[in-house]
Amino acid sequence: MSTMVATKKRSFGSVLWDYLTTVDHKKIAILYLVAGGLFFILGGLEALAIRWQLVKPMNDFVSAGFYNELITMHGTTMIFLAAMPLIFAFMNAVVPLQIGARDVAFPFLNSLGFWLFLFGGIMLNVGWFTGGAADAGWTAYAPLSTTSPGEGVDYYVLGLQISGAGTLMGGINFLVTIVNMRAPGMTYMRMPLFTWSAFVASALILFAFPALTVGLFLMMFDRLFGSGFFDPNMGGNAVIWQHLFWIFGHPEVYILALPAFGIFSEIFSTFSKKRLFGYSAMVFATVLIGFLGFMVWAHHMFTVGMGPAANSIFAVATMAIAVPTGIKIFNWLFTLWGGSIQLTTPMLWALGFIPTFTMGGMTGVMVAAASADYQYHDSYFVVAHFHYVIVGGVVFGLFAAAHYWWPKMFGTVLSDKLGKLTFWLFFVGFHLTFFIQHFLGLMGMPRRYWVYLEDQGLDLGNAISTAGAFLMGLGTIVLLYNIVVTQVKGEKVSGDPWDGRTLEWSIPSPPPFYNFKQLPLVRGLDPLWIEKTEGRKGMTPAEPVNDIHMPNSTILPFVMSVGLFIAGFGFIYQKDNLAWLWVLFIGMGITLGSMLIRSLKDDLGFHIHKKDLEKEAE
Amino acid sequence: MKEWMGKIRTLSLFSLMVLVLSACGKDNLTALMPKGYGAEESFKVIIISTLVMIVVFLIVMIIYVYVIMKFRQKKGEENKIPKQVEGSKTLEIVWTTIPILLLLIIAVPTIAVTYDLADESKKEDSININVTGSQFWWHFEYAEEQIQTSQDLYIPVGEKVYLNMLSSDVIHSFWVPALSGKMDVNPDNENTMYIEANEEGVYWGKCAEFCGDSHSLMDFKIVAVSQDEYDQWVEDMQNVDPEATPESTTAQEGKALFEQSCLSCHALDNTPSVGPNLSNFGDRSMVAGVLEHTKEELVGWILDPAEKKPGNGMLEAPYLNEDTIGEEEAEKIADYLMQLKPSEITPESAK
Repeated sequence: MSTMVATKKRSFGSVLWDYLTTVDHKKIAILYLVAGGLFFILGGLEALAIRWQLVKPMNDFVSAGFYNELITMHGTTMIFLAAMPLIFAFMNAVVPLQIGARDVAFPFLNSLGFWLFLFGGIMLNVGWFTGGAADAGWTAYAPLSTTSPGEGVDYYVLGLQISGAGTLMGGINFLVTIVNMRAPGMTYMRMPLFTWSAFVASALILFAFPALTVGLFLMMFDRLFGSGFFDPNMGGNAVIWQHLFWIFGHPEVYILALPAFGIFSEIFSTFSKKRLFGYSAMVFATVLIGFLGFMVWAHHMFTVGMGPAANSIFAVATMAIAVPTGIKIFNWLFTLWGGSIQLTTPMLWALGFIPTFTMGGMTGVMVAAASADYQYHDSYFVVAHFHYVIVGGVVFGLFAAAHYWWPKMFGTVLSDKLGKLTFWLFFVGFHLTFFIQHFLGLMGMPRRYWVYLEDQGLDLGNAISTAGAFLMGLGTIVLLYNIVVTQVKGEKVSGDPWDGRTLEWSIPSPPPFYNFKQLPLVRGLDPLWIEKTEGRKGMTPAEPVNDIHMPNSTILPFVMSVGLFIAGFGFIYQKDNLAWLWVLFIGMGITLGSMLIRSLKDDLGFHIHKKDLEKEAE
Repeated sequence: MKEWMGKIRTLSLFSLMVLVLSACGKDNLTALMPKGYGAEESFKVIIISTLVMIVVFLIVMIIYVYVIMKFRQKKGEENKIPKQVEGSKTLEIVWTTIPILLLLIIAVPTIAVTYDLADESKKEDSININVTGSQFWWHFEYAEEQIQTSQDLYIPVGEKVYLNMLSSDVIHSFWVPALSGKMDVNPDNENTMYIEANEEGVYWGKCAEFCGDSHSLMDFKIVAVSQDEYDQWVEDMQNVDPEATPESTTAQEGKALFEQSCLSCHALDNTPSVGPNLSNFGDRSMVAGVLEHTKEELVGWILDPAEKKPGNGMLEAPYLNEDTIGEEEAEKIADYLMQLKPSEITPESAK
């Protein structure tokens, strides 16, 4: 039995089969990166169409109905199909390496999570080709969503349900992995901050996503099976949807932002050659943000009519989050203080993040002030605020991570020159697009407006905003060009190109499929840095070379996801014609059958033998 | 010479003011030039929180710029290892406590104003108006005065007017930025808010909750007039006569056409109706909330409402399918509607 990966050129078919069946966290990371990247481009194109429609008053570039589909799909795509999977890409690529593990706890589940996300994402977008995508906003407020004609919102409900199940599995997987699979000596308080933030984000996923699942089920029954959970005429309550959505939706912000904070913590520390300032305060702040994140959902609903008591409580609770966030900002600044700062591309993104995200946080406190929010709410002020947080925080973090961990994932370094060009185009474009929107909002422009009237003082601001959006698009094109050029050149780098501090830099780039031949012995925070300062080249092993147990590849997760994808069409179209129930049964049959096979067939994995490992070392 | 200098100074000061004001947006629309009680109170909280936050931002930026200038890696020092600092308890305490104090400065006025804006103690003795939001227009019912009207809401200046709001379909949100912050208009759970205008004027109202195709075209107006003018308006509106015969013959023919094709949805008196109430249509500030108030626009609207407001309820009107109303008929109906002026008090009175 051959256990070594051959390095010779392989046919396209065998590569494809390899990726369809892989359970290796590093390959799943690449799958997440590619799929998330494609959805990011799609969401970006939707954004450009939106901005082009708003370039001048009463523009008719797109129709009202199509515009509503664009804004709905832009938001849904960017949050669920771009930001989430890209975060998962880096969690998959890095977390097992950072804790010194050979894979995640449940490799099969990891693969299933990816394929569910991908087929859910495709399902969401099928609506474009069957008479219109979802058009009720990414928040899908009832009764607009429950009464929206056509199948667009059905695709939204089913697509999110399927991809949400994948996300929930991913969250559980990382919790178990981080609890159980840390290398000898890697105590909780020695974990790198990215791993900590992945841990807290996974806990948030575990508690937040079920609320979305429940909400989506209720909406599915309302739309497809004639129930009336959100229909006041049938004794339902429309506002309940908003509560369910935001009990999920607010923690979701932190599910995205915390890992980004983790990414920046790694980068600040590496490129100022200093240990993270106030490590334990940073951990504490991360956990506190995660906890408080569940207490503030109703600040999205200040104008719903909850009364002054509820509004005041949620206002103060929301403001409280500014405290741990402030702690983080200052700790980052003092990590830089006294350091030896290198302005590499990842560091540039991290430095661009500080003022940008601080502004997002500032406007966050401002919108938390309920009585002021009556003016900001649902206006372009809020649009500006959450783009400062999600783009300035999360997307900057993802760009930083892409440049920082690219060598580890692919064994090549992205061009620094092009990386900096991307940064400046995107950074300037971003502020041009969104800064002015704070003022547009207060000048009386509500969000989700397809057109704005002439002579309302909104023309100039919108034109500037559109120009900025195209600069961001240009920056993204440069990044894509950078990726192509770098991969075509294919210059290999060492395992530790940045003079790194954490375990992932102690192994080759890209790592062998079993990651660590011998599990490393961790002796403190920044374990590799400790070894380097004591004059050693790499980690001290915690075990002799031994047989390594690895999981087998399998196509079952892919098949299960295809089954649910097929069943989704059955669920949707049975409302028109009951014959579609057959499609539902076939789809569910495929999924349940695969689950049965998985349960009945023993799959014990395989061992890489000691002598093969030793032979490879020669 | 001195006089000349003074003139220049006044002129430049004036043009600076114009610049600042235009940067604040359109008068009677923007929230940055509040003209009503609610907007003023919210504006106070906006200013306080902005100032506090600017202080925080400056502190962060000073440290940030200093750090980047001072601690950049210098040529020849690539291998220098900086001192590895664990952290500082004192600093952690400082940047935990100070933000808490700063937040208190924002939290106290926030809560005070939140309660103030929800005050309903004077509701019983004030004017109460039932507001209905529908895709994509607004209906106003003066419960006690027994007046029904749509799109233009008349209120007396300097009075708290209570709005009791419900939607007939999806969620809308009632927003007049220059007068007050917004409040959602839900299909269940009636919401109440009050508005109070400090000066006369016609204020722009917007729907702020995403409600479908023509969400961006669901505008309305608040017409704030003096107390006397308001009383006059109420009296005129109570005495509106839907049967009144118009003067011109075209308008008379228009009346007949209207009764045949439009009256089943549009009321001309103080009774409820499916579509917007049109009893004072001739005095409306705009056609359909967003079009200029001219006969041409009205004719265009009657002939092709889908073009002006996609997805609006008038698309279900039978006359559109039956093709009973051509350009000629539409002009007659327009003539009739444009002369429906039951009151001397119009948006013009508010200027």
